[in-house]
Amino acid sequence: MRGGPARSVVAGGEPAVWLSGAALAICLAMIGGLLALILWNGIGTFWPGELVRVTLRDGSAVLGEEYGTETYELRRASVPLLPAEARPVALAAFPEGEDAIEAVRVLLRTDNRRESGSTFTYVDAFEVQPGSKTTPSWAVVLERSDQGRFLGEPVRLVTPEQTYEGPEAAWEAFQKLRPAALERNERREELEEESGAGGVLIREAELRVRSAEMRTGVDGRDLARALSESALSASERTRLEAELAEKPADLREAIEEYVLLERRNDIQDAPRLAAMSELSAENAAEYLVMRTASGQEVEVETAEVVRGYRANALSWWGRLGVYLSRWWEFLSEEPRQAGTAGGVWPAIWGTVTMTLVMTVFVVPFGVLAALYLREYAKQGVIVSAVRVAVNNLAGVPSIVFGVFGLGFFCYLIGGGVDQLFYAERLPDPTFGKGGLLWASLTLALLTLPVVIVATEEALSAVPNSMREGSYACGASKWQTIRRIVLPRALPGILTGMILAVARGAGEVAPLMLVGAVNTAPALPVDLEAPFVHPSRSFMHLGFHIYDLGFQAPDGDAARPMVYTTMLLLIALVATLNLAAMWLRARLRRRFTSASF
Amino acid sequence: MVAHPLAPPNARAARSTGGGRDEVILAGAPPREPPSDRLAAISRGEVIPAEVHPELATEEHVLRVQNLKLWYGEKQALFDVNLDVPKGQVTAMIGPSGCGKSTLLRCVNRMNDLLDIVRIEGDMTLNGDSIYARDVDVIELRKRMGMVFQKPNPFPMSIYENVVYPLRIDGERDRRVLDEVCERSLRGAALWDEVKDRLQESALGMSGGQQQRLCIARAIAAEPEVLLLDEPCSALDPIATGKVEDLIQRLKGEYSVLIVTHNMQQASRISEYTAFMYLGRLMEYGPTEAIFTNPKLDETNSYVTGRFG
Repeated sequence: MRGGPARSVVAGGEPAVWLSGAALAICLAMIGGLLALILWNGIGTFWPGELVRVTLRDGSAVLGEEYGTETYELRRASVPLLPAEARPVALAAFPEGEDAIEAVRVLLRTDNRRESGSTFTYVDAFEVQPGSKTTPSWAVVLERSDQGRFLGEPVRLVTPEQTYEGPEAAWEAFQKLRPAALERNERREELEEESGAGGVLIREAELRVRSAEMRTGVDGRDLARALSESALSASERTRLEAELAEKPADLREAIEEYVLLERRNDIQDAPRLAAMSELSAENAAEYLVMRTASGQEVEVETAEVVRGYRANALSWWGRLGVYLSRWWEFLSEEPRQAGTAGGVWPAIWGTVTMTLVMTVFVVPFGVLAALYLREYAKQGVIVSAVRVAVNNLAGVPSIVFGVFGLGFFCYLIGGGVDQLFYAERLPDPTFGKGGLLWASLTLALLTLPVVIVATEEALSAVPNSMREGSYACGASKWQTIRRIVLPRALPGILTGMILAVARGAGEVAPLMLVGAVNTAPALPVDLEAPFVHPSRSFMHLGFHIYDLGFQAPDGDAARPMVYTTMLLLIALVATLNLAAMWLRARLRRRFTSASF
Repeated sequence: MVAHPLAPPNARAARSTGGGRDEVILAGAPPREPPSDRLAAISRGEVIPAEVHPELATEEHVLRVQNLKLWYGEKQALFDVNLDVPKGQVTAMIGPSGCGKSTLLRCVNRMNDLLDIVRIEGDMTLNGDSIYARDVDVIELRKRMGMVFQKPNPFPMSIYENVVYPLRIDGERDRRVLDEVCERSLRGAALWDEVKDRLQESALGMSGGQQQRLCIARAIAAEPEVLLLDEPCSALDPIATGKVEDLIQRLKGEYSVLIVTHNMQQASRISEYTAFMYLGRLMEYGPTEAIFTNPKLDETNSYVTGRFG
């Protein structure tokens, strides 16, 4: 019976080795493939490539960065869809009797979206005049602050004083004039900020009037607005002031403060506005005239250029400089043009803040719950049921938590908080909408089972002999838990924290409902007192990816950014994890057990 | 239940004429009963008084066990145990596995309270204070005793913190007091010279024997009235065992020690008194020398000579 060849293979366990090995290999290949794809596409996004110019058979020219070449099946029936000049060439390429051939087309990033309406262009090989591909040395890339990139050649630069003709002179002058233009931009931003700050003060004063109104039950806002009108006749003023004198003291003070601020702001705003329009005029008067590949001339203000370089004249180091400066912009700036350009700093900050706040909520709660379950509760049917329920909670789809968070945290609790403390701002919600606090709490709820399960495991792994040793020393239950059990279980608890952070940082679906937005006006944690603003909406890298990839008006231009943002999100989650692992390793070293 | 063949019946009969134990037979039972009847009585669930040697009556007792009965759920594990532990001496408890000696030891500092299924009747007194009375504060009670377990169980903290743990949980913060107690306890446990230069290192990095002596240092840090040792050498190699035994010898006089051991040589080496337990009962209790060389019961003799257990 024994020793048959088939039998010995099974008995030797060879198939099991192959099966498990193959499964592991496939898993690794898939993960590796995913990471490689994201890395490859994400890292390459910011590298400034060469610009090529090709002339088409109809005489027009195209300038752009080559993004790839693809082959497709061209059928005889679809030849008429090609441009008229390319049709005879394409037809000639069909061998006798064949109905389909392999055709080649090149994807060019031609940009100039404002001028041409698209970011990418397919150029069919049949369209191109043979031998017309060049890399013009004066091809220039200009990244505009709100119009997307412009590709073309400089023609001249115009300033109020002088006009620089020819690409060389114009480019040289452009480089020289740029610092001054950037300074003007900064000055303008400062002015805008100042006037914005004034607006905030007025808004706050108005809220005080509103809350005084609510306290006293007397209307006052209309009076406040009327009083702050700049063009008031003397009689009108006397009448309004008499009206003001009749208001209750509270309200009167608030109105007076409001009027004072409004007037002061009016006085201060006038020179600000004048300065701003002057700066705008200066900016408008200094511009580059650029020529697109198709010959169209376009004016680009020097002040509107974020970054400009001669794509084909750059050395390798020059390219590296552009690449690094783009990365730095990506990491430190706010997004421009619906995220297709600029940076993701608010999203990075929002993700990190939200994850940290979530951790602060979830870890103590989870650990305490697990402590009760494992150390205090009498093990029995109810505790088992609770445990099963907690485990099942981990399997509930995250969107369900999002809906719950929106209904419970935002509308119920947040609405209640607004009624109690921010009534003067209603109907504008303060806490009664998505925000950092509610998002963190929702995700804390989502990751709670992870922490509870991991903590329970860690607690049950603490040998009973240690607990007994502590009791024998006369320690109470709590002393034993605090001094013996928790320190010993800490590495395991931190493992739970790591898992929770990893899950929470990457979660997007619930955040769409409870606080993540595609553009947040302000950061949830900043240098402005009281520093943490739990009611503010925030940006999140995961949501940013979704928004860029599937909601952006210019999806093609956004695609490279999607990859880069994914790369960044993965790197961020990995960093958070590594930090927690490092912490755990440190603690482990303190509690390494000698085996005997 | 009592399926344990103690010895051939004829051998038992021959020894049963050994005299001097009529008084231990149950009242009403005929005198000079063969010992198999003692086991038969146990199997019938009758109460068997222990054979206690008269030397014990002359000692001062630190711990008295009075009619202690214990159940694990439905199963009774201790039957009317009466045991008086002399002060300043080492008392060993021997007996086959499952005879209840560890259970009895754990009853002394009420470690069995941690198990929900345990039910206890009877009482013990520690220097006259009841252990099982309703109003006893278990935590205060445990502070009056030290206990060392089968496997070394140092806490996941430094050597220093391990030793002063009993003081720490009492809220002692005075560094001088802590330092003094640490040194005294480690010297008491014969560990000071080995660890005095690495008091702040993790206790988990020590060898098994050092860990066990550390546990003893911890147990004596709070000056306990009685020291409970539950097979303290069973997880140690012979050299470490020797060191711990020397230590127990040194602790004698200063501390009252109650030790459970499986190792009869160990019991005979280190203890003044030995209690032999069997099937949840105290069978015989007397000076160690008498128990090992001239026991009054055949069961004790069979056990100490290695014929069963």
